[in-house]
Amino acid sequence: MFSALPGAVELGLLYALMALGVYMTFRILNFPDLTVDGSFTTGAAIAAVMIINGYAPWISSVAAFAGGLAAGVCTGLLHTKGKINGLLSGILMMIALYSINMRIMGKPNTSLRGSETLFADISPLLLMPIFILIVKLLLDFFLHSDLGLALRATGDNALMIKSFGANTDHTKILGISLSNGLVALSGALIAQQSGFADISMGIGMIVIGLASVIIGEAIFGAATVFRATLAVILGSIIYRIVVALALRVEWFDASDLKLITALIVIVALILPTFQRKRGQKKAAQKRSQQLLLSSNQIGRDGDR
Amino acid sequence: MLEVSNVTKLFNPGTPDEKVALLQIQLKLKPGDFMTVIGSNGAGKSTLMNMISGVLEPDSGEILIEGKPIHQLPEYRRSRWITRVFQDPMAGTSPNMTIEENLAMAYARGKRRGLKFGVTKAKRKMFQEHLERFNIGLENRLKAKVGLLSGGERQALSLLMATFTQPKILLLDEHTAALDPARAELIIQLTEEIIRELKLTTLMVTHNMDQAIRLGNRLIMMDKGRIILNIDEERKKRLTVEQLHGEFEQISGHKLADDKLVLGSSKRG
Ligand SMILES: Nc1ncnc2c1ncn2[C@@H]1O[C@H](COP(=O)(O)OP(=O)(O)O)[C@@H](O)[C@H]1O
Ligand SMILES: [Mg+2]
Repeated sequence: MFSALPGAVELGLLYALMALGVYMTFRILNFPDLTVDGSFTTGAAIAAVMIINGYAPWISSVAAFAGGLAAGVCTGLLHTKGKINGLLSGILMMIALYSINMRIMGKPNTSLRGSETLFADISPLLLMPIFILIVKLLLDFFLHSDLGLALRATGDNALMIKSFGANTDHTKILGISLSNGLVALSGALIAQQSGFADISMGIGMIVIGLASVIIGEAIFGAATVFRATLAVILGSIIYRIVVALALRVEWFDASDLKLITALIVIVALILPTFQRKRGQKKAAQKRSQQLLLSSNQIGRDGDR
Repeated sequence: MLEVSNVTKLFNPGTPDEKVALLQIQLKLKPGDFMTVIGSNGAGKSTLMNMISGVLEPDSGEILIEGKPIHQLPEYRRSRWITRVFQDPMAGTSPNMTIEENLAMAYARGKRRGLKFGVTKAKRKMFQEHLERFNIGLENRLKAKVGLLSGGERQALSLLMATFTQPKILLLDEHTAALDPARAELIIQLTEEIIRELKLTTLMVTHNMDQAIRLGNRLIMMDKGRIILNIDEERKKRLTVEQLHGEFEQISGHKLADDKLVLGSSKRG
């Protein structure tokens, strides 16, 4: 039962960067960005190829981050300057990245076996908590800067922040870019931890990211940015633990994972609307009772 | 200060849906002018505001601020000179961000937005002082999300955000129309105080004739995309609601056929 736990936590930490990226677009910018499925692999591919060619693992990882930034800029440009629907911009980039990732690797699968990676001397379980914490704090800091406030307002009330002088095209591009940078970095780390990069490793990544964000927020709350980013990281870890446990159930197959993930997201998306509706109805019923009572009161007062 | 010259705007030109929103509009405001704008529904008042703020581009004509043409600049760049308060209390603030964060974003108007903290101790103190003067308790709720505020509170905050950085031009488009009469009166009082104190050059659209006459030093009336009446400072001092109605009927040939246009604030609602 507990033997799978360290592995799940380790994966959760590595994927947490990807979840933070999805949080940036999905929650902060209110922009469901499907580029993620492609840029995750892009990060893995860049890191893998560079490491094999003798570059230092950390340089390769930084390059992967930059690759993700570039992919995000493209999606952002398609959406803002090209005026293409948001979902479609992401899908177009995702498809384009498939070919680009193939070009980067030259083949569908690149093995890192025998190469030096970031985790050669230190276990991800030791390195990642520190690294994730630093990224989280940097992100928190950024989202509270003048620029970060404008970015958050872009997703919250674009009309308002435009009227106070922010170029919302630029803030959108910046946000989508940063998001995909984090996603690609996550891909680079996963490639180094698992020892290979694969052309299909990004499939369904957006849904996994969403699941992590939603699970985290549901359990730990998202009242402030500081809280929300922490929740997303913990959500990513909990998602991996749930997956590890699910895989122990006898009649589950590894290939059922995507279905389970989709179901988690569907339930998490439907539940709040449902709850809100019920809550509103209850409140309305209670309130109408009160109004009825008080109007009886007034009626009686009027008789006097 | 502000000059609108020959501005025209048509929606769906040449189609059966054609709407002449603005026709050859001429307008000149001196620094410190406070002009109220009235007119029936669809007269083009909001279109005029959107034209000045840059939400819409004029089909022809020019808009100048301090002699500099601005009608080709995008909206976000015009915010250097212009701020607005919208009719919808939800429109002017960011609901999932805190009061102090909203104020910080307004404070950054016309400056480069960089990586420095948006809310600092010094700024928080300044925000608090500004809010205290409103006397509605917002100064103690700096860290509350704006989505939790009432419509009136949100509109008061919008008003502060639009004015405390002293814009060259302030645009108010029926900014009290969505509020209940008591709240609307409070916001109008605050508006008047702030504009008087900061001597802001202001254009204010209102449905309330009494307000339009009571506030400001100039008044225009619009109908079907034109300015049909432009009342100067001297005349405005002696203007009455009855006179205004008379003028309107005489010039336009029809009655002020807008049930939202009312005589006094007491008859609203
Ligand atoms: N986006 C738009 N598309 C088409 N017609 C519009 C649009 N905005 C305004 N109009 C039309 O332009 C005219 C002026 O509208 P508006 O400026 O909103 O009037 P007001 O604010 O004085 O009530 C109206 O006839 C209105 O129907
Ligand atoms: Mg209007």
